[in-house]
Amino acid sequence: MVRPLGFLVGLGFITALVLAIFTTPLSNEANVAHEFHKHPRHLKLASDGIVLPHWDKAQLQRGMQVYKEVCSACHSLNLVAFRNIADLGYTEGQIKTFAKGFQVPSINPDTGEPATRDGLPSDYFPSPYANETAARAANNNALPPDLSLITKAREGGKDYVYSLLTGYQNPPANLPAELKPGTGLHYNPYFANLNLAMAPPLAKGQVTFADGSPNDVKNMAADVTAFLVWTAEPKLIKRIQVGYAVFFFLLIFTVLTYLSYRNIWADKKH
Amino acid sequence: MSFPWAKPYEPTHPLMKWMDEKLPIPRLVYNATGPGYPVPRNLNYFWNFGVLAGAALMIQIITGIVLAMHYAANASVAFNSVEHIMRDVNAGWFIRYAHMNGASMFFIVVYLHIFRGLYYGSYKAPREMVWLLGVVIFLLMMATAFMGYVLPWGQMSFWGAQVITGFFSAIPIVGEPVREWLLGGFVPDNATLNRFFSLHYLLPFVILGVIILHIWALHIPGSSNPTGIEVKDEQDTVPFHPYYTAKDGFGVGVFLLIFVALTFFSPNTLGHADNYIPANSLSTPAHIVPEWYFLPFYAILKAFTFNFLWIDAKLWGVIAMFASIALLFFLPWLDSSPIKSSNYRPLYRIFFWILVADVLLLGFCGMQPAEQPYVILSQLGAIYYFAHFLVILPIVSRIERPLPMPNSITEAVLAKHATDTSSASATA
Repeated sequence: MVRPLGFLVGLGFITALVLAIFTTPLSNEANVAHEFHKHPRHLKLASDGIVLPHWDKAQLQRGMQVYKEVCSACHSLNLVAFRNIADLGYTEGQIKTFAKGFQVPSINPDTGEPATRDGLPSDYFPSPYANETAARAANNNALPPDLSLITKAREGGKDYVYSLLTGYQNPPANLPAELKPGTGLHYNPYFANLNLAMAPPLAKGQVTFADGSPNDVKNMAADVTAFLVWTAEPKLIKRIQVGYAVFFFLLIFTVLTYLSYRNIWADKKH
Repeated sequence: MSFPWAKPYEPTHPLMKWMDEKLPIPRLVYNATGPGYPVPRNLNYFWNFGVLAGAALMIQIITGIVLAMHYAANASVAFNSVEHIMRDVNAGWFIRYAHMNGASMFFIVVYLHIFRGLYYGSYKAPREMVWLLGVVIFLLMMATAFMGYVLPWGQMSFWGAQVITGFFSAIPIVGEPVREWLLGGFVPDNATLNRFFSLHYLLPFVILGVIILHIWALHIPGSSNPTGIEVKDEQDTVPFHPYYTAKDGFGVGVFLLIFVALTFFSPNTLGHADNYIPANSLSTPAHIVPEWYFLPFYAILKAFTFNFLWIDAKLWGVIAMFASIALLFFLPWLDSSPIKSSNYRPLYRIFFWILVADVLLLGFCGMQPAEQPYVILSQLGAIYYFAHFLVILPIVSRIERPLPMPNSITEAVLAKHATDTSSASATA
């Protein structure tokens, strides 16, 4: 009974699928934007890979400076607290001073009115806008995303972020009119639909580094990307270090279990 | 207990004797996974995966309980509470990544366990009930994994919930009310997140209960084996402990090595970047894709693009997707061949490997956008999937002529060793 019924059900599905094959066009709708879209370029960082990765603290500090002086004008970093930047090599005193440089939302203790106060190490990087509406109003209705997780939240990760920051260019001459950047948009072949609302954020020499590191667009982009890799996963290096310890411990465990397995079965043919 | 020569439990220590009279749990364990359970002596490494699935479930339950201590199931804070676990909770990043990748490892071993069953005919009499309970476990796992994926409340969580609960709206008339009832609203929101959290915490323990039934049902006829020949006498078996506890111990070691490598060195490879963006009901991701372990079924869903008879394409897809799993319940009766192991089924063996390739193809197509050639490939893949179980298998099991089989497990083992030694001496 099961077999004839199953056979009929099977025929039903197969017929529906065969008809689907013959009614689905074999050619795709042309997607012109695809031709102009580029894959991200690789950015090599000290924190890459699993062979002895480490944080390049000098670079992370430069990256944070780029974030503070450039990106933070529009983008929040709301998962990172000032206390976290101890990872970047700052001392407690430096963190206190750094936090004090930010005004964070507060309540006036005398009147109960909304107010601001100096930042503390336990505060998080404040958002540049009071709310989403304010952010959109200031940005031609585009919403600048929070950057805390940006290198994990985009396909291509850090390579994508780096490529986007360095990828602004004039639209190619053969770009169809409908793909040309409209008012307030900027052409960038690394962005999914080629035109984005963010103006080129970095310009040569925009940030001056205390250590005299080169400050052309590529270097600043690499530095801030390295910083954003850290903000996205501050435990990345620790994770890999612990991983090695756990892996080798388990490797020894596995070798021992294998030997005991061989030993126990030694007299049994199987 | 299954076999008359099974070693009886004879406690010697007075405390164990006392315990055995009052609550014979040690006896139960002894007879289930100890020396009291005789197992065929010829099991290969594919018989490790049941124990590995059990280990994976325990890892999920333990890491999950710890995560639930720090997670907040509220749509306004769920995303940030996961990041709080990743950043501020001691070793929270480890617990969370272990839980996330533990789900993938669980599905990997369960899929291998299922395909082991398909190859060696483990679903056949006298083990039909073991198989049926296994399919129930698989369905519960899928429900649990789906709801768990919603909890971080990222973009893929939200839109995955939207798409998957949307299946129900394909049902005529009652579909839309049923969907709203399941979600507790018109779109996934706080009510959805809360109930999914509640059920995600509940279902693993239901799975645990069904696993106990699965093992109970297994212990009545005893384990199957690569020859598919039933155990005839004591020579054919070894006691589970120490023989298979030792072998499973090694299996668990290898499993943990792979699990640890994934968790520590590449924890986001099997996930989606979009799930690190907080859920936003106003912005649809470019490609909504489920987790990898649902991809073959997702490809079957998307393969139906034609309104056939009075049923529209979407409903066909939904019915076919559920049917692709539900048909596994009928497998013991679709395959009428008395031969269990594909080692002796030359024709079925070919179709088995085509099925493996087909499921991999469907999985690949499932993650592609709805473009050619992926649409036609998933249509062809879905045709083979249904044809395999509902058309080919019943016919093959009728016309196939099996290869000559050994008389007993012991004979098969000794024959294998005889050829091994003769070929070894020939090369020497």
